[in-house]
Amino acid sequence: MWPLYEIFIRTKNGLEHRHVGSLHAADPEMAIENARDVYTRRQEGISIWVVESKHIAASNPEQQGELFDPAKDKIYRHPTFYKLPDELENI
Amino acid sequence: MMPKQNILDDAKLADQFQDHIDADEKIEPKDWMPDKYRNTHIRQISQHAHSEIVGMLPEGNWIGRAPTLRRKVALLAKVQDEAGHGLYLYSAAETLGISREEMIDQLHTGKAKYSSIFNYPTLSWADIGAIGWLVDGAAIINQVMLTRTSFGPYARAMVRICKEESFHQRQGYEIMLTLCRGTNVQKEMAQDALNRWWWPSLMMFGPRDNESPHTEQSMKWKIKRKTNDELRQQFIDNTAPQADFLGITIPDPDLKWNESRKHYDFGEIDWDEFWTVVKGNGPMNKERLDARKKAWKEGTWVREAALAYASNKVH
Ligand SMILES: [Fe+2]
Ligand SMILES: [Fe+2]
Repeated sequence: MWPLYEIFIRTKNGLEHRHVGSLHAADPEMAIENARDVYTRRQEGISIWVVESKHIAASNPEQQGELFDPAKDKIYRHPTFYKLPDELENI
Repeated sequence: MMPKQNILDDAKLADQFQDHIDADEKIEPKDWMPDKYRNTHIRQISQHAHSEIVGMLPEGNWIGRAPTLRRKVALLAKVQDEAGHGLYLYSAAETLGISREEMIDQLHTGKAKYSSIFNYPTLSWADIGAIGWLVDGAAIINQVMLTRTSFGPYARAMVRICKEESFHQRQGYEIMLTLCRGTNVQKEMAQDALNRWWWPSLMMFGPRDNESPHTEQSMKWKIKRKTNDELRQQFIDNTAPQADFLGITIPDPDLKWNESRKHYDFGEIDWDEFWTVVKGNGPMNKERLDARKKAWKEGTWVREAALAYASNKVH
C-alpha cells in the first residue's frame, strides 16, 4: 500500500500553511498531485506541502501537563498583569 | 487478569473523558478514549466513507448520457466531490488506527455496510435530479449535525464536506425544476423519479428512535446531536414545500402540515423494505459491490507499478 502523507496548504500569500488532512501516494510528487485534486478543487490553495506521516514526531497527550502546565502560573507574561492608571493613553 | 490499579485508572479516565465531552471539547486521535468510542467511530466513519465511494456509481451511470455539456460538467464535478468526500473520511478513520486496506477489505467482504440508498437503480435522467435534491438533501441534514460531532477529525471532514454539498443539492433541484417546467413527458419523468426516491430517502435516516439501540450512547458521547426521527422530520419539513414549488406530488397520502405540531405528519415507512436492502437483498446490492471489487482488482497493477517506480527513483 502507498504510504500516508500529511498535507499542508497555504490558502493565500500572507497566511501560513495549515494542516488539512492526509492521503496515500506512492511518492511525494504524487502526494502533491493528489492533494491538488483532493484539497484544492475550488481554489482553496496556492501552495502545498506534503510530508510522510511517519516523519512527524508528536507530543504525547499524556504528557500535556508536564509540557504545558509550567506556563500556567506565569501571568506576568501577559500585558494585563501590569496595572496602570486608566487615564494613560497609547500604552 | 488486569491489575486493580489499571481498572481504577480506566474508570477515572472514562470519567475525565465524559467531562471533556460534556464541556464540548473535541477528542483528538491520540487522546485516551474508551474502546467502544474508538470502535464506534471506526465503524461509522468508514461506513460513511464507503457510502461516498459507492455513491459515485448510480450517478456515474449518467455522466456519459447527460443531456447538455452544462449538465455533464456539473455532474462530473459532483461525482468528483463524492470521491473527495470518501478520501477525507477514510483518512479521518485512519487516525484511529485502522488501515485503508482493512477498510476496503471490510467493504468487499460485506462486513462494513454503506448507505442503502445507493442500492437503488438510476433509471432515467430525472433520477439524477432527484438524487441531488433528495439524497444529497438528506445527507446534508445529517452532515450539518455531524460538523459538531465530538471527534475532531470527523468534525473537520464534515465541515469541508458541507461546504461542497450545497452545490450538489442545488444542481439536482435545478434539474427537477427544468423538467417540471418542460413538456408533460418531462414532468412525468420528474414525478416518477420522486415516486421512486422519496421513501428510500426517508430511510437514509435509519430506524425509528425506539428501534435504534445505539442512539442513547451516541447522544451521550455527542457523536450524534439529534435522533434519527428528529433529522427525518427536519428533512420532510424542508422538502415538502420544495415539491409543491415544483408542482409534483410526494407519494404519501398521509403527508400533511400539522398546524399544532408545526411539522408535517407523514405515513409509515416500509421497514421490511428497509431491512431487506440493509441485509444485502436490494435491487442493486450485488451489482454495486461487484463494481467496487472489479475497480479495486483492476487497479492493482497501477498501485504496484507506482510503488515500484517510486522505489526505483533516485531522490
Ligand atoms: Fe458527499
Ligand atoms: Fe453530495
